[in-house]
Amino acid sequence: MRTVAVVGASLAGLSAARSLRKRGYDGRLLVVGDEIHRPYDRPPLSKEFLTGAVGETELALERDDEELGAEWVLGARATGLDRAERAIRLADGRRIRADGLVIATGAAARTLPGTAGLAGVHVLRTLDDALALRADLARGGRLVVIGGGFIGAEVASTAYALGLDVTVVEAAPTPLAGPLGETLGGVVSALHADHGVRLLCGVGVKGLGGERRVEAVLLEDGRRVPADVVVVGVGARPCVEWLEGSGIPLDNGVKCGADGRTGVAQVVAVGDCANWYDPRTGAHRRVEHWTGALERPDAAVAALLAHGATEPGLPRPPYFWSDQYGVKIQFVGHAAGADSVRVEEGSTDDRSFLAVYRRAGRPVAALGLNQPRLFTRWRRQLASATT
Amino acid sequence: MMIPACRLADLPRGEAHRLDIDPPVSVFHTDDGELFAIDDTCTHQDASLADGWLEGCEVECPLHASKFDLRSGAVDAPPAKLPVRTHEVVVEDGVIHVRLSTQAPNLPPCVAARLAKGPA
Repeated sequence: MRTVAVVGASLAGLSAARSLRKRGYDGRLLVVGDEIHRPYDRPPLSKEFLTGAVGETELALERDDEELGAEWVLGARATGLDRAERAIRLADGRRIRADGLVIATGAAARTLPGTAGLAGVHVLRTLDDALALRADLARGGRLVVIGGGFIGAEVASTAYALGLDVTVVEAAPTPLAGPLGETLGGVVSALHADHGVRLLCGVGVKGLGGERRVEAVLLEDGRRVPADVVVVGVGARPCVEWLEGSGIPLDNGVKCGADGRTGVAQVVAVGDCANWYDPRTGAHRRVEHWTGALERPDAAVAALLAHGATEPGLPRPPYFWSDQYGVKIQFVGHAAGADSVRVEEGSTDDRSFLAVYRRAGRPVAALGLNQPRLFTRWRRQLASATT
Repeated sequence: MMIPACRLADLPRGEAHRLDIDPPVSVFHTDDGELFAIDDTCTHQDASLADGWLEGCEVECPLHASKFDLRSGAVDAPPAKLPVRTHEVVVEDGVIHVRLSTQAPNLPPCVAARLAKGPA
């Protein structure tokens, strides 16, 4: 291979580029990104960056002394792939040919239909999103967060710290029930009430009120929640439209094997856009966690450089963290397959505990609140367990 | 300055011992039986590396998965960008001692700000 193109210049793309060099690839390396920014860290965008405690410089993921020998093609959105030639088409008309391809185009924040053009309505995914939201939050007033997931909850927590009056609206009866299960989803989302942040559950959003600027969130039960700023945190969709018709298998993102290979020779996919096969559960699962974007590209790059002649290893179980209202929340594994959950240490009332999810008696996931030491032990234990 | 940490017999392989000095320092006993001392605080954010995941000569921060090489203090995985200080380890009469580095530590911004304000 003499040219490898990495499409996507966030953590997954950067991790892939680093792995290529670490594994001895010394050919031409192109990194294509649709944003104009060099790789930056997204988790602080809903937390320290939003409060202003850290700035853009600190978000940079590359070290000052780092020399990847990559050509950066930034502000260039990929619009298509010619599989036969392995050529990437860019929005500006350019074509990039490569012998090997790493797809790392990530995910985009879902929006509410019919809200485009209304000032004061935000999503939070990119640095530019965060800058716009930060400026709006600085005006103070009433924030309504649509969606009680992790991004929504972190924004609510940050806005509370900034002194705004905050309401969270969640369509499901319990926020975070998907990732954490009903019981502990309820415990974690009770952090809102602990701090006087209103949480409205089990009610959908009908629309937004306001002419040029948002004035209220209109709920399906007829209630009208006044708002000066609205954040829509209703999940993300994988950015794979550009691959439609290319022959790359698509199914909730790029459908991949257990090490990111796509079924098309010399093409692998990593990060939020990649729906990897999970040998632990025997199903495909698209993981949107930071640590997946950090750790998994190395396995994909190994497969790419070996022309697919490697055996996929067992990736670590998915791990994510969240920080809300000063509480450190950590989760590892899959709650969906669990048939029991038990608090092993601490208590949910104290907001400091370690809970273990089990399936047929075997641990499959763990949740920690303010228990980093114990949580790490469980994380290790779950990683060392085989399928 | 040499500081006694703990008895070698009290620190099993795969474990870490934190010295509650300011800033804290941790001694790691690897699975291969080597001893290393580094600053305990992750250079990215306030987290104790002694609570982290020790694997080979590398420790992973318990919060955000930054990795540090225990031998050099170098960053092996982000989000941290600055190395941790390393300190010399001396075992005398079965007791682990740490000879503190005279270099300035790379503390995360939140901890550095707290220290700059002095004792609360």
